[in-house]
Amino acid sequence: MNIQTSRRRFLTGLIIAVALPGLARAQQKSGAAAFFNELPGGSDEMSANAFIRVAPDNTVTVLIKHIEFGQGPYTGLTTLVAEEMDADWSQMRAAAAPADVELYANLAMGMQGTGGSTAMANSFMQMRKAGAGARAMLVAAAAERFGVPVDQITVEKGIVKAGDQSASFGELAEAAARQTAPEDPPVKDPGDFTLIGTDLPKVDSSAKTDGSALFTLDVYRDGMLTVVVAHPPKFGARVASYDDSAAMQVQGVRKVAQIPSGVAVYADNTFAALKGRDALTVEWDESEAETRSTETMIAEWTSAAKAGGEWEVEKSGDVDAALTGAEIVESTYVFPYLAHGPMEPLDAVVELRDDEAEIWMGSQMQTGDQAIFAKILGVDKVDLHTMLAGGSFGRRATPDCHLAAEAAEIAKTNGKGAIKLMWTREDDMQGGYYRPLTVHHIRAALNEQGGIEAWDHGIAAQSVVIGTPFEQMLQGGPDFTAFEGANELRYKTANHRLRWAKMDSPVPTLWWRSVGHTHTGFAVECFIDELLEKSGKDPVEGRLALLGEEQAREKAVLTRVAEMADQSGDFGYGVAVVKSFGTYVAQIAEIEDRGGVPHARRVWCAVDCGTAVNPNVIRAQMEGGIGYGISAALHSEVTFDEGGLIRQRNWDSYRILRISEMPSIEVAILPSTAEPTGVGEPGTPPIAPAIANGWRRMTGTALRRLPIIPVA
Amino acid sequence: MPISFTVNGEERSVDVNPGTPLLWVLRDELRLTGTKFGCGIAQCGACTIHLDGMTRRSCVTPISMAEGSDITTIEGLEGPEADAVQAAWRAIDVPQCGYCQSGQIMTATSLLQQIASPSDEDIDNAMAGNICRCATYVRIRQAIHDAAKTLEG
Repeated sequence: MNIQTSRRRFLTGLIIAVALPGLARAQQKSGAAAFFNELPGGSDEMSANAFIRVAPDNTVTVLIKHIEFGQGPYTGLTTLVAEEMDADWSQMRAAAAPADVELYANLAMGMQGTGGSTAMANSFMQMRKAGAGARAMLVAAAAERFGVPVDQITVEKGIVKAGDQSASFGELAEAAARQTAPEDPPVKDPGDFTLIGTDLPKVDSSAKTDGSALFTLDVYRDGMLTVVVAHPPKFGARVASYDDSAAMQVQGVRKVAQIPSGVAVYADNTFAALKGRDALTVEWDESEAETRSTETMIAEWTSAAKAGGEWEVEKSGDVDAALTGAEIVESTYVFPYLAHGPMEPLDAVVELRDDEAEIWMGSQMQTGDQAIFAKILGVDKVDLHTMLAGGSFGRRATPDCHLAAEAAEIAKTNGKGAIKLMWTREDDMQGGYYRPLTVHHIRAALNEQGGIEAWDHGIAAQSVVIGTPFEQMLQGGPDFTAFEGANELRYKTANHRLRWAKMDSPVPTLWWRSVGHTHTGFAVECFIDELLEKSGKDPVEGRLALLGEEQAREKAVLTRVAEMADQSGDFGYGVAVVKSFGTYVAQIAEIEDRGGVPHARRVWCAVDCGTAVNPNVIRAQMEGGIGYGISAALHSEVTFDEGGLIRQRNWDSYRILRISEMPSIEVAILPSTAEPTGVGEPGTPPIAPAIANGWRRMTGTALRRLPIIPVA
Repeated sequence: MPISFTVNGEERSVDVNPGTPLLWVLRDELRLTGTKFGCGIAQCGACTIHLDGMTRRSCVTPISMAEGSDITTIEGLEGPEADAVQAAWRAIDVPQCGYCQSGQIMTATSLLQQIASPSDEDIDNAMAGNICRCATYVRIRQAIHDAAKTLEG
């Protein structure tokens, strides 16, 4: 990843909050690092500056430009600042930064947003520079106060000292604010880190344990109406007509209105809104709707994958020649549409005033959402509060900003006042933006030594990006999110070809935790495992032999996980290694037969994500990523009946992992001084192929269609 | 007709449609937002509360059934088991997104009130109705064991 940096992006000035207004409720047990549910202080003041506020009460608040939905940026980015300031962890606070593309852009994206496991990677130097700048200003203030040169000053755990004189950050805050911010302050040598690399307690655990953490759904405004929307039952359908006479009879329903995405029901409370929607009668125009069944689509996708597709993504050597007359090994892999299913369904609160709007939302692309609100509402000023979100896994990062658009249309139709748009679980399951239905077809030929003579790979999938506002990033090329992980094939092949067939459907698709690697990791790792088994090779040794010098980090995690794994039991053992988003993860799963389907008892996981900022958070992300991957491997799929109706409605029909299916997990983090890479996604891709490989080696049955346990 | 009950030790009375799920009364009327909406059909456990000392899914409990009952939500959860569970949750940083955790903690506390030293199987059975999409299950299991040890003293 090439992260552009500039002096502008290293703005290091301090805002000194003289007093924290009452609305700022620090979510903490006394004496612990914590976060604010709402950013303290006025937004005008904040928009003038960047990342750090030191308050007279000796708290240091770090403004976090990335949304927190479980992957730990509130803790991780706060750690970077605390490290460079030499602060005490207990005085640290995190708060969501306001939406501001100038100040808070993701340096890997050029807009404010979170995705691609980039939060730590793009912030690592930026937040350290911010912390170092704040420290320099506090030191300069102390030098004046103590009457000593700055080089006689030391800082430790939030105390600034020279000889027998000392002051806390809080005591120095006002004087520090008058110092000039250094433009490019030096940062620590990694050998001097005292906080980075330690298991600091997370800033948000306490508030997420006593119910005080506020999510978008928890925002209530005076006079606020709750709104639910009747969405089309098929993708591509539109409202033809509706009858709201029964809905308007429901006590508490205030209004029913057609908006571009459906029919909105406005009510005094949630129950009235839901009852009102139940009472609506809507006729849908299905002339443009997707009406194919899932089985029909899979048949079409499979033909396209076998044909190869119009996009030749990669080619080396002459695959056709190498396959001609050779003994061919081939497999087809089928992956369903997947809903992300964040525990908090999508929601947003909009308060529209005369010429401005205030938004509360678990926005994953803040400045995109902000622009949509401004455009639809016709106001210049949009204050967007990024709320904690109850999971996302990609779901809240929609290039078309459809949720913001829907909320804005609802607010616009309502006029001045506050509305809360709430999606139900059914809206979420049936609302699209799925991981694309994808079919892989791979043909290969081995040479006499077991080397891969040819590997011909076809992938059929819709594009997540083409046709959206993000299309320009492809610069006319193919959508890499459809095949990433199958390109730049890590295993040595004499002749290689990768082709992508772009499929079309009105079903909206989206990145889903680890994006293309959700399926390429499975296809590549299951196929290579079959090839190795055919040539009688050990899954670890065989992989190591096919990896080259440039795959040193893949080899290291593979070697490490093989050392960790106790493979002595009477079970199946499956291996997989996947690099995604710059992070290398190898896993070995211990598999037992639980009623004819694989159950992972134990999983060993080795990860190399560069510098480990908070090892405990990294382990947690590996654990969670593995659990998320097992859900998809075993249970999850969205399917359509002939005619296009969606079969799944809620957790009863879209099944995900429960605690009894969770393996025990042991994680090893490889020591590294490389720049940190992300951990939110890379834990997910290896687990499904590790399970499938263990099952195949145990039972002889290859699993080539997910989920393993289809919907009844 | 107002419906009266006790929430977290306080007498409360609401005048709403008697079919309204307790979840929406707690949230919309009483602004106790720690109890979450996840599915509306008792499949995920995010809305778990204690009603007369037993866990209950507030999303499928009509408020009419709560007349005269004693309700505890995450905001009012207290006692040795609750303290041990919440401390264990914080100690190993169980939550990720955190949205389901109120429900997890309500169920875990109830489990320890009934079984002082639960086995893995007891935990799997008791917690089976609480989905965590972040899959923090490894730590949930660990934290319950840790809390049980704390309570043993």
